[in-house]
Amino acid sequence: MSDHEYTPKSKFGKWFNDRLPLLSLASHLTDYPTPKNLNYWWTFGGILTFCLITQIVTGLTLAMHYIAHADMAFESVEHIMRDVNYGWLIRYIHANGASMFFLAVYIHIFRSLFYGSYKSPREIIWIIGIIIYLLMMAAAFMGYVLPWGQMSFWGATVITNLFSAIPLVGEGIVTWLWGGYSVDNPTLTRFFTLHYLIPFLILGLVVLHIWALHVPGNNNPIGIDIKKPSKDTVPFHPYIVIKDGFALLMFMIVFAFFVFYAPNILGHADNYIEANPLVTPAHIVPEWYLLPFYAILRSVPDKLLGVIAMLSAILILAALPWLDTSKIRSAVFRPLYKQFYWILVADVLILGYVGAMPAEGLYLLIARVATAYYFLHFLIVLPVLGFKERTLPIPLSITEPVLGGSTNIAMAKNRESLHK
Amino acid sequence: MSEKKTNRRDFLFTATYAVGAVGVGATVWPMIDQMNPDASVKALASTEVDVSSVAPGKTITVLWRGKPVFIRRRTQEEITDAKSVKMEELKDPEKDEDRAKNPEWLVMLGVCTHLGCVPLNDKGDYNGWFCPCHGSHYDISGRIRKGPAPTNMEIPKYEFVNANTIKIG
Amino acid sequence: MKNIIKLLIITIFFFSSVNLYSAEKVEYLKTDWSFKGLFGKFDRSSLQRGYQVYTEVCASCHSMKYVSYRNLGEKGGPEFSEEAVKAIAASFEVNDGPNADGEMFTRPGKLSDKFVMPYENVKAAQAANGGAYPPDMSVLVKARGGGVDYIYSLLQGYEDAPSGMILDEGVHYNKYMYGNKIKMSAPLSEGIVEYGDGTEATVEQMSKDVTTFLMWTAEPHLESRHQMGFKAIVYLIILTILVYFSMKRIWSSIETEV
Repeated sequence: MSDHEYTPKSKFGKWFNDRLPLLSLASHLTDYPTPKNLNYWWTFGGILTFCLITQIVTGLTLAMHYIAHADMAFESVEHIMRDVNYGWLIRYIHANGASMFFLAVYIHIFRSLFYGSYKSPREIIWIIGIIIYLLMMAAAFMGYVLPWGQMSFWGATVITNLFSAIPLVGEGIVTWLWGGYSVDNPTLTRFFTLHYLIPFLILGLVVLHIWALHVPGNNNPIGIDIKKPSKDTVPFHPYIVIKDGFALLMFMIVFAFFVFYAPNILGHADNYIEANPLVTPAHIVPEWYLLPFYAILRSVPDKLLGVIAMLSAILILAALPWLDTSKIRSAVFRPLYKQFYWILVADVLILGYVGAMPAEGLYLLIARVATAYYFLHFLIVLPVLGFKERTLPIPLSITEPVLGGSTNIAMAKNRESLHK
Repeated sequence: MSEKKTNRRDFLFTATYAVGAVGVGATVWPMIDQMNPDASVKALASTEVDVSSVAPGKTITVLWRGKPVFIRRRTQEEITDAKSVKMEELKDPEKDEDRAKNPEWLVMLGVCTHLGCVPLNDKGDYNGWFCPCHGSHYDISGRIRKGPAPTNMEIPKYEFVNANTIKIG
Repeated sequence: MKNIIKLLIITIFFFSSVNLYSAEKVEYLKTDWSFKGLFGKFDRSSLQRGYQVYTEVCASCHSMKYVSYRNLGEKGGPEFSEEAVKAIAASFEVNDGPNADGEMFTRPGKLSDKFVMPYENVKAAQAANGGAYPPDMSVLVKARGGGVDYIYSLLQGYEDAPSGMILDEGVHYNKYMYGNKIKMSAPLSEGIVEYGDGTEATVEQMSKDVTTFLMWTAEPHLESRHQMGFKAIVYLIILTILVYFSMKRIWSSIETEV
């Protein structure tokens, strides 16, 4: 990782750095060679870090006023919204921040899918990413329970009940999760504790994620390896810092729109009704970012198999570096894979849509087809494509095609003629 | 790089930093302000107390802003005692009439100014209050007479809204 | 680029065709709400009239337990004067205690008190209303998918049941209620309230005023939110422009498309 020796300028700096090389670390991060052809799909890593910090800071300040008890939770949230100075702002930032967090993570994941960022030698970065994603879903699910509205309560009931599908020990596990015979106060208090904890686990994993990234360095839109040192890279500061900053500001404008002008549009009205164990809402739906998995879960008629299908849908991503047999990384040079990629995107959006609809009739049929296709993509299409696909020739370096103004395939093809 | 170009570039970066800093400040402030007393706490900043049942020579304790407030209806003898103390004798010189505008009623925070314990009523060497934690003695005007406390017991803002009711805070 | 457009079309289709949590396909009655839009503000007199409707018509059954009397005088709401709010609070009896004898007692309300509830608890409310619980109204507008349009329509939506529909005892037909059956009888009738400012109390007017009031009880900081939002977005746009040009300047020496 440390390719160059860094000497701090001040005596104190030298003394400190010899004992804890923080200044060397800062220097490494500042100078870190980044491919200069990264496009805006690469800015979402920085955006995600901003989202995590935002959620932690707003979460901390909310936790100063929130009461994790079934009798007082809903009221404490109203207290925050009405009486706490800027409480309404912090609450809306936190709630909409969760949605923005997932929006960013999906773009980030789909960037990796398109450009082959999960392929060797970046498999571990990818797998750590999957774990981060799982933890995000757990944190978001538990966070949603905390206001103790109708969706909080019934969403918790439905999802925790899934564990009863496990043979033999299922019922016991559910009781253990609940701390009782149904979702109630013990469930709420432990969900609050875990919800508070998980973001810090995520923080640690993000450090590992970035550390693992810095070994091979970033992937890039044309997916070729860059030998360091290279004139195809720029130091992270100021080039990437300013670009990430610009992208982050655009992201924040969208975020601000939701927080200030449509703070409840991504949520569910039923969660403004206090939890009632005797009345089930007509349509139990999770938040939008969990809808595709909800659709997969409900598309399988068997309870246990539905749970397995839902989990497999996420875990199969971990196997992706080995399922995708293609030697070429970037979809830019994989015209057939590119088509299947966009079909996958459409498939996931369709799953999200039907996830919000009642699980019957045409919606259920679509959900089943879309679920089957999802697995087909990873288990059949990808392995086969790697062998069968005729890929386009890839450039030798970044600078060559880029000087022509874009990743110009024609130029790449003709590079031999260019170089006499 | 020409002078003009450098200046324009510097201006752009300086302006960006400055505008950015404003945003950071505007974002940080709500995070800090949310720890300040919220509206429901501030609404309870005043308390009204009905003192019609307090007999002369008796003290009641009420809760105000989470702290005890002693309200004593003093007898004529106690008032005379309070007013006759010489300023030189006091660690924290204060005239009784400055502490109790209506001399019959003494309204003060029942918190020892040493380290915050609640002094005991009708105890101590000065016919006032005695703090058992570290032995501070207060007189019948709530002034420190002996012991480690540095100042007299605090007089909060209060007023009689009518003959029977005191509004504290 | 082509693919981004494909993605955008799919997403727009997705978001526009699905009202994610819609009820039936009933068109709600429409009216202008002064608080909607980027610069939306509450109509102060409508809020005051709405409070009057709530107090005189709804409050006998519907609690509003998260609102405090002092809120009625705070900025962004009906903004009654402090004396008026004190008088309103004092007109209600609030439970308090225990006193020095260990007994609970009642006393006139203060600014810091929450709105007094018509029933001691949910079960008492149900028992007094044929088993149906009149929902608390503090956040009712946010607790219904149709929002203010739904409440506004429902209040005016009482009609004769279509022929053939049998209604149980105590159940009424409402065009806009989810499922069309509602246990609350039509609460508003022409002139049931005499407005202090002389406005004619038609059912439509009262529906609009009380719904506006309910929007405020659900979102008392709506006006601050809109004002702060405008400033925040203008600020972000300015900073984005500055950062954009800084970025261009920094990258100007690098031979690549940014």
